[in-house]
Amino acid sequence: MLALQILVDGFAISALYALGATGFTLIFGVSGVLNLSHGALMVLGAVAAWAATNELHAGAYLAALFGIGITLIAAFATYFVVVRPLQTSRAIPKEETEIFVLTGTLLWGIMIQELIAYFFTDNAKTVLPIVEGVVDIFGVRTPQNEIFTAVICWVVIGVLWLIVNKTRSGKAVLAASMNPRGVTLLGFELSRIYIAIWAIYGVLAGIAGVLLGMFLGVSSYSAGPLTGSAFSIVVLGGLGSVSGSLVAAYVVGYLETVTAYMINPAYRFIPALLLLVAVMYVRPQGLFGRR
Amino acid sequence: MLKRPNLSIPHALLSGAAALASLFAVAQAEAADPIKIAVIAEAQAIAGASIPQAAQLAADEINAKGGVDGRQIQIISYDNKSSATDSVRAFQRAVSDDKVNAVIASYISEVVLALEPWAARLKTVMITPGAASNEITKAIHNDYEKNKYTFHGYLTSAELAQSVCDGAKDILVNDRKMKTAVIFSEDAAWTTPLDVGYKECLPKIGLQVLDHIRMSPDTTDFTPIFNKIEGEKPDVMITGISHIGVQPTVQWKNQQVPIPMLGIASQATNSTFWKDTNGAADGVLFQSVSGPGVAMTSKSVPFADAFNKKYRNFPSYAGYTAYDEVYYIADAIKRAGSTDSDKLVAALEKTDWEGTIGRIQFFGKEDQFTHGLKYGKGLITGMISQWQDGKQVAVWPPEIANGKIRFPSFIKAQNQ
Repeated sequence: MLALQILVDGFAISALYALGATGFTLIFGVSGVLNLSHGALMVLGAVAAWAATNELHAGAYLAALFGIGITLIAAFATYFVVVRPLQTSRAIPKEETEIFVLTGTLLWGIMIQELIAYFFTDNAKTVLPIVEGVVDIFGVRTPQNEIFTAVICWVVIGVLWLIVNKTRSGKAVLAASMNPRGVTLLGFELSRIYIAIWAIYGVLAGIAGVLLGMFLGVSSYSAGPLTGSAFSIVVLGGLGSVSGSLVAAYVVGYLETVTAYMINPAYRFIPALLLLVAVMYVRPQGLFGRR
Repeated sequence: MLKRPNLSIPHALLSGAAALASLFAVAQAEAADPIKIAVIAEAQAIAGASIPQAAQLAADEINAKGGVDGRQIQIISYDNKSSATDSVRAFQRAVSDDKVNAVIASYISEVVLALEPWAARLKTVMITPGAASNEITKAIHNDYEKNKYTFHGYLTSAELAQSVCDGAKDILVNDRKMKTAVIFSEDAAWTTPLDVGYKECLPKIGLQVLDHIRMSPDTTDFTPIFNKIEGEKPDVMITGISHIGVQPTVQWKNQQVPIPMLGIASQATNSTFWKDTNGAADGVLFQSVSGPGVAMTSKSVPFADAFNKKYRNFPSYAGYTAYDEVYYIADAIKRAGSTDSDKLVAALEKTDWEGTIGRIQFFGKEDQFTHGLKYGKGLITGMISQWQDGKQVAVWPPEIANGKIRFPSFIKAQNQ
């Protein structure tokens, strides 16, 4: 019974982690950017969806779309205001660009987090769920919302896979992640690929944030841990490897769920972090890393 | 040889009068100096945001009526960002730079416990509108001369536990024949004595405690905890939560955990709790000291309405206490005829003030909870409310109740 409960609960949270981490790893794969404002952007999406319902009286679907839209805008802002100026700045030595981008996105994330706390307080908010009620899965009373979360996550990941593997522009993105120079030689504008990738990232982070807001609720305090978990999943899976991130999301999700049920909910993050340290020792390129 | 000034008698009188007049003018200016009260609070948390707002409202009202012996009350507020370090810095600045006469500080016990030694060192009166830990009053009792500057303007954890048990006895045990409970509280300074109180008083009222769960305030997924509690089949969950609130409530509803919750849930006292949880709060029972539309005293409703008019929401529990505090600090300064800290302490100890939460009197030097609020009938009793259809409905004690308990359909308890 407990095993079944863990199986069901772990599946939904892992799907959510997978979705959140996919965008994160895609950006790294294509443009080499580690976006440390990731958690803040997810929280922003959820809080925007909450505000749409409670301040603007929007329905559940409209609120969710609003949340995703705001995250998309914020993702573009992250790219155009923080990442690109740092990448193209002549004042920053080439070899230090990455560390500047890392610091820039970290500070940007803190700014977003503080603004959310200032305008909407640091108390948790929840997004109006699109589906409500519970269903019985082999004796485990499961919120329909939880099933909805898992289904949407996998549908979105599936669509992303189709776009990347079956469409021309998707293939260009994939190629850019393997060899940026080669793609430019073939006549693709790299800067347009970057914009496309940040758009995809914004939508993914927005969906993940809104779903998290419906499923568990978020507060401005969630920003740090969310970035942390995306970071661990991506490093575990292998930086830049989407399939690696998906597997790692399930490893981390289930490890956390098992810990929460069998040991103590307070320690749920610890084993995953220990695993991360172990992987860094034994296989620093991650489970599915290419480099 | 120095020439003796040639002063005629009228001239001397005149200059004497001028000197007197200038002295008088200085005294006048002093009398017109404002009484400064610092408010150090968590402006970014809902419970804390009400503290400076309510204090300002009280000051405005007092000033509109001419102030205290002609002196206006000036509120100087500092956002502590829920941090003890920021609070200590704000306290030092308030006393050294802004020269405040008294401090109203924080709803977080850890913060107040960090400020208590500073109130002693800087000999400045400090009153908390919302922290609960018994340790605050214990420190005053153990070293009165040093810590006497601190006052506890909200119920201690022990009293909170008693208030919950008093309410639970009537509405759960007598009315609904409940027999078992699980204590569900967050791991924080204020809940340690609260849980001791619960464990002591719950069996006395007829609720057997099946389990005691203390969870990290960082918990985001409460599913495993609810799952465990449900397995133990208690009739009720007795809560002790303040830093968390929205997330467990939403997950309780999403997962349709069939066990009602009653206890201290500070976030549920906020008028925005319904919105924050998208209505998942429906059916949540919580203890408070006052609430919108509830006449704990003749001052409760006018205050809540004035607050709502000015800030467009209702105060959190710490708003009621902060409002009262400004009033009884002003009253004590008036009675003491001075803002001198030691005289103010002596005057505050004699406080007998009808506030918005009840009759305010402090325990004395020899009592166990020195400078804590006295609890009981005719003083402060607290109340139990329930969220129903977007409103906080008072359900206990019967004298002030304005509705009956009603549980959402997934709760198995009887609706009486």
